[in-house]
Amino acid sequence: MIHLAGPYVLAALLVGLGVAGITIRRNAVLLLVGVELVLSGGLVLLVAAQAAGGDRWAAGSVLPLFVITIAAAEVVVALAVVLAAFRARGTIDLDERSGEAP
Amino acid sequence: MTALDTAFAACGLLAGTGGLLAVTTRHVVHAALWLVVALLGVAGALLVLGAELVALVLVLVYVGAIVVLVLFALMLTSAPIGPDAAHAVPPWRRLGAALLGAAVTVLLLSVLLPLAGDQPVDRADVTSTQVAGQLFGTWVWPFELLSLLLLAALVAALAVSRVGRRPATEGSG
Repeated sequence: MIHLAGPYVLAALLVGLGVAGITIRRNAVLLLVGVELVLSGGLVLLVAAQAAGGDRWAAGSVLPLFVITIAAAEVVVALAVVLAAFRARGTIDLDERSGEAP
Repeated sequence: MTALDTAFAACGLLAGTGGLLAVTTRHVVHAALWLVVALLGVAGALLVLGAELVALVLVLVYVGAIVVLVLFALMLTSAPIGPDAAHAVPPWRRLGAALLGAAVTVLLLSVLLPLAGDQPVDRADVTSTQVAGQLFGTWVWPFELLSLLLLAALVAALAVSRVGRRPATEGSG
């Protein structure tokens, strides 16, 4: 027996923290930390739907696996872009405007 | 409060504390390490909810791979040891980010909490055998597409990371 309010509160908290982290960071790598928190909030919601007995085809376990895999692919490409930008501009400050064409 | 509620609250507290510190700390490396704590808390919460496969994959992929990747990226972008003075944000921006995060949390809670109900529900047990059967039955084509996605991400990361190289080093690379 479990109350469903707990997973919902945790998911909302994680998504809120992630959005705050995305907006507060100027370091492009640390922006991804916020993205990870938002995605983990989504994971908690999906698994909570399974625990409540409301899913078919084991979607509450399979879709989180998909989310984790897609997040891994996204982080790999994002970090490659950040490193390329660091080599081209010498900084990963998200607030900095590029003075000239890269 | 049932026993599962108590266990979930402990894991959720760990996840919330880790997430808060990962977002607010000024040390860049500490942010990545607090993310580990937050993700371990989330994995514990998933374990309490009965999805042990997802919890293990979360620890393996997120903590084992993604956080290490983030740490490497921090090192390659010359992250400072100690507080990150170059990327410090003004107080109004911290306040704005906190307000935005709180607003998102309140919005989600206002949508989700009415769905929760007052009574505890029986936790549905989905075994790993069932998950495996569905994964290679119902979900097999999306699952195969994921391997293509990972391959595309691998090739794209390699291609993008070679773009910024200077011509002098291109021959050796």
